[in-house]
Amino acid sequence: MFDLKKNIKAETVDKAIKHLAENPDAKLIAGGTDVLIKLRQGKSEYCELVDIHDIDELKFIRIDDDKSIVIGSGMVFSKIIESDIIKKHIPMLCEAAESLGGPQVRNMATIGGNICNGVTSADSASSLFTLNAILILKGEDGTREIPISDFYLGPGRVDLKKCEVLTAFKITHDNYQGYFGHYYKYAMRDAMDIATIGCAVCLKTKNGILKDYRIAYGVAGPVPMRCRETEKTVINKKVSKDLLDEIAKTVEKDVNPRTSWRASREFRINIIKELSKRATKKALKRAGEKF
Amino acid sequence: MAVGKLVNRVDAVAKVTGRAEYTDDFYRPDMLVAKYFRSSIAHGRVKEINVEKARKLPGVEAIFTYEQVPRIKFATAGHPFSMDPDHKDVADRLLLTRNIRFMGDEIAIVVAEDEIVANKALKLIEVSYEEYKPLIHPDDILKQGAREIHQGSSNIVGEHRYECGGKVDDALKGADYVIKGEYVTPMVQHCHIENHISFAYMDDLDRIVIVSSTQIPHIARRIVGEALDIPLSRVRVIKPFMGGGFGNKQDVVLEPMVAFLTLKLDGRAVQINLSREECMTGTRTRHPFHVQVKTGFLKDGTMVARKMDVLSVTGGYASHGHSVAAAGGSKSSFLYPRMAIEYHARTIYANIPVAGAMRAYGSPQVIYALECATEDAARFIGMDPIEFRLKNIVRQGDVAQVTGKEILSCGLSQCLLKGKELIHWDRKKKEYEKYKTGPVRRGLGVACFSYASGTYPVCVEVAGVRLVLNQDGTVHVQVGATEIGQGSDTVVAQMVAETLGFPFENVRVVQAQDTDVSPFDTGAYASRQAYVVSNAVFRAATSLREKILDYACLMTGEKHGKFDIVEENIVSADSGKFVLTMKELAVDSFYHKERGGQLTSEVSHKTTTNAPVFGCTFVDVLVDIPLCKVKINKIVNVHDSGVILNPVQAGGQVHGGVSMGIGAALSEELLIDPETGYIFNNNLLDYKVPTFIDLPEINHEFVETFEPTSGYGNKSLGEPPVITPPPAIRNAVLDATGVSINTLPMSPHKLFALFKKNGLMDPKGKADV
Ligand SMILES: Cc1cc2nc3c(=O)[nH]c(=O)nc-3n(C[C@H](O)[C@H](O)[C@H](O)COP(=O)(O)OP(=O)(O)OC[C@H]3O[C@@H](n4cnc5c(N)ncnc54)[C@H](O)[C@@H]3O)c2cc1C
Repeated sequence: MFDLKKNIKAETVDKAIKHLAENPDAKLIAGGTDVLIKLRQGKSEYCELVDIHDIDELKFIRIDDDKSIVIGSGMVFSKIIESDIIKKHIPMLCEAAESLGGPQVRNMATIGGNICNGVTSADSASSLFTLNAILILKGEDGTREIPISDFYLGPGRVDLKKCEVLTAFKITHDNYQGYFGHYYKYAMRDAMDIATIGCAVCLKTKNGILKDYRIAYGVAGPVPMRCRETEKTVINKKVSKDLLDEIAKTVEKDVNPRTSWRASREFRINIIKELSKRATKKALKRAGEKF
Repeated sequence: MAVGKLVNRVDAVAKVTGRAEYTDDFYRPDMLVAKYFRSSIAHGRVKEINVEKARKLPGVEAIFTYEQVPRIKFATAGHPFSMDPDHKDVADRLLLTRNIRFMGDEIAIVVAEDEIVANKALKLIEVSYEEYKPLIHPDDILKQGAREIHQGSSNIVGEHRYECGGKVDDALKGADYVIKGEYVTPMVQHCHIENHISFAYMDDLDRIVIVSSTQIPHIARRIVGEALDIPLSRVRVIKPFMGGGFGNKQDVVLEPMVAFLTLKLDGRAVQINLSREECMTGTRTRHPFHVQVKTGFLKDGTMVARKMDVLSVTGGYASHGHSVAAAGGSKSSFLYPRMAIEYHARTIYANIPVAGAMRAYGSPQVIYALECATEDAARFIGMDPIEFRLKNIVRQGDVAQVTGKEILSCGLSQCLLKGKELIHWDRKKKEYEKYKTGPVRRGLGVACFSYASGTYPVCVEVAGVRLVLNQDGTVHVQVGATEIGQGSDTVVAQMVAETLGFPFENVRVVQAQDTDVSPFDTGAYASRQAYVVSNAVFRAATSLREKILDYACLMTGEKHGKFDIVEENIVSADSGKFVLTMKELAVDSFYHKERGGQLTSEVSHKTTTNAPVFGCTFVDVLVDIPLCKVKINKIVNVHDSGVILNPVQAGGQVHGGVSMGIGAALSEELLIDPETGYIFNNNLLDYKVPTFIDLPEINHEFVETFEPTSGYGNKSLGEPPVITPPPAIRNAVLDATGVSINTLPMSPHKLFALFKKNGLMDPKGKADV
């Protein structure tokens, strides 16, 4: 039983914005797989809801004229997994989607909710970080775009202005074309679990040289993060086993995981280092590199 | 012939169509809900409680605190009444308490029109505590001058010692080698799908009806009577379909409270439906054990002595208390019967959630220690662990040391040989030689167990069956045996069909248990149900068969012995020729104006035997050292449970037990804050029950023996599959890595610490994984 005061169903994004403006205490609910958990825990800040779950204009995946891939915020993960566009151009996002929850959760959980929830363990976040995804937000004053790395403000806090709805994610052509990636989720179970560490790697090679390298983590800090120092250090280096060891070594300096009863900092760092190697190796294999 | 056949569960269709009715499916007009107000500290005393604000909340019907409940201490363990005063369960519980013994202890209860109101009211209750330091670690609990969690208990719930097979100290002196080990198992939880739920109402001025998800309807009835000081006959307990129990419902958790509430509220229905979070800390858990083992053995691998010292932690209240450590000690003693054994156990209170019965009742803890120690002994002399076990294990005809009874059926050595073959032991042993270094290692492990088929002679074993021939020639069966999902109704129907000679489909077992109607049986626990009911069914069905055949003689004027029952007909015993249908016979018995009457048979049977059962687990693991993870490539359980009554259901029991065992081995543990007694992970996200894809393919095999003390040759199977996966996996990880992990679970966190300590985590890291 939920102690719901209001549940307003919005048919369009504009109406959702209007409902939010008229009900200042209301929160958005998409798939509800985070919101309903909070409601069940008796958190009163979620007792007024604007339901955007059935808004069709948020459910699409397309390639624009400028070859950007645009993903509607209302896409559920099971649909992302099945999308031919995603499978072909950014398979690492399918891996991230597949690692989330279980089948029932993936049928409800949206990629927009995953990011707007603001937690460091969100499985789609690190991949979107390595793809330099841009968020498209719509509010009372119109539309704005913001890189995902600027969207996270702190644990559970994102840069959503009053009455704003996240409508889509944009991945521009230069951020996916020629890139190969992999998402490696480390959790205590292989399903229905939050990541102890999530690691996404996205890279480009030419003639055995790392031309571009992006590595991002979930749960390696208070919010999902890129490892910029590591990236700088290894770009333009020759692909080799030693390079993997070097990545593992430098990545430790970029991250800042914490000790909690769920896992110690030391344990997480061990996993962070190991995953950097395994995810990079997999991405390199996809890029056709032999070493 | 129905026994041993692959028949569908009798309740399969009702369950998959959603028509089966569980406790929460029953609607009573005006039913109220009740929610406990639980302590937020683990050890202390309520100084003051104020419920006035909560009482004023609209929708709140009543609030009761420890001040308004009967001052009657009662015992909650679901054991049969014991006529032996020395063998009674510890009565240490009141319906609500002022003295706080674990975090979540029940101080007050709110009754309201719905859950939302009840939860709001809970937030309005004001309480202040006098706090004491939580006693969580055994050293603190047993320290001189430690506060007594229950006054006068010295924090000890029970203690016993036995020695058999000779003097252990002498045998240890005669051994070529003596090794020692310490093994620790954690607090785990049953996680049955259906949480605890009960409701009660009154259907007359003085009669209380309780509908409850319980393994023990008849025992629950007695304990409610004791807790409220009312005659047992005024209480009626109904058990509808159930979503599992695993021992957690072999305890009286909610029934006395709902009965109390309906009595106080003029017979209005009141329901308590625990949340998962409450269920995981506020009902029962498995006792954590600390076990010291000393093993003496000869150069040739003969074990000559074993000394075990067990410390079992029961938490805030006794519940099943010391019985668990006692049962674990006696049921494991069948396994290696040709050496001197000493077993000493103590059970202590602690300011942690209450432990009670859980699948295999002490044996998983004891056998884990015993089979780790056995492995360590085999490795000490470099002997193959299977050979070492074959040399020492029990065989048919051995005399059980603790009971002095001959073991009439035992297929354990065949189980070991079968498992060895199924896991490809010899081939893989060789192959895995090259996987003992580097980041990914492989190993094989084995462990075996003994268990029992009931609780006799510790408790009475009584089972009741009533058979009624219906007017259409089918038969209805009422049993006290309690179906909780394990499939007992189906095997009872098979047994009845077998002895009567009826088609399986013509036997209907009445599903719900109702203490006003159902024959007496103490319930589903100790894997006893099919074993103890077998002789009762055999006698009742034999008697009904005689009555039917006699009646056929009466109808036809033929002499006794002329007829037989084949499927739905009475036929000539000699020629097999058709005589009349069962329906014709039944109609005559009901409606002939002068002869006959309803043909029935009823038996209440006491079982005074207890057949040991045996089995083993074989496992093939891969250990990913950098990621600190164990992957099971293959796992095989082989069981001697006598005659297998229903191969599909039996396989289901093994699969469920093995997956529970894998969880216990690798991931499950309720994590306690050692400072406050707070449980971090009382939910199914943070308490890591393996999901479907975390489990490997589970293989099972049966070595069928015939147990002569049983009605149909069958022995127990419900609990045993859970026992040996943890030690077998531990032994396989040891085989792969050379590291002994002597505490459960073998989680990545633990592996990380131990691998580091043993120098396995290569600080430079290797890329070739
Ligand atoms: C059993 C279970 C398992 C899970 N496993 C995982 C897992 O493995 N990995 C993982 O990352 N997560 C997991 N989750 C969490 C959750 O499923 C995901 O975060 C999911 O993506 C949330 O999406 P949703 O549509 O359900 O969000 P909702 O619950 O509807 O919303 C989440 C938050 O985002 C806001 N929001 C939603 N949509 C928008 C929008 N378009 N614009 C602005 N704000 C918006 C809401 O107001 C709310 O604050 C699990 C959850 C459950 C219940």
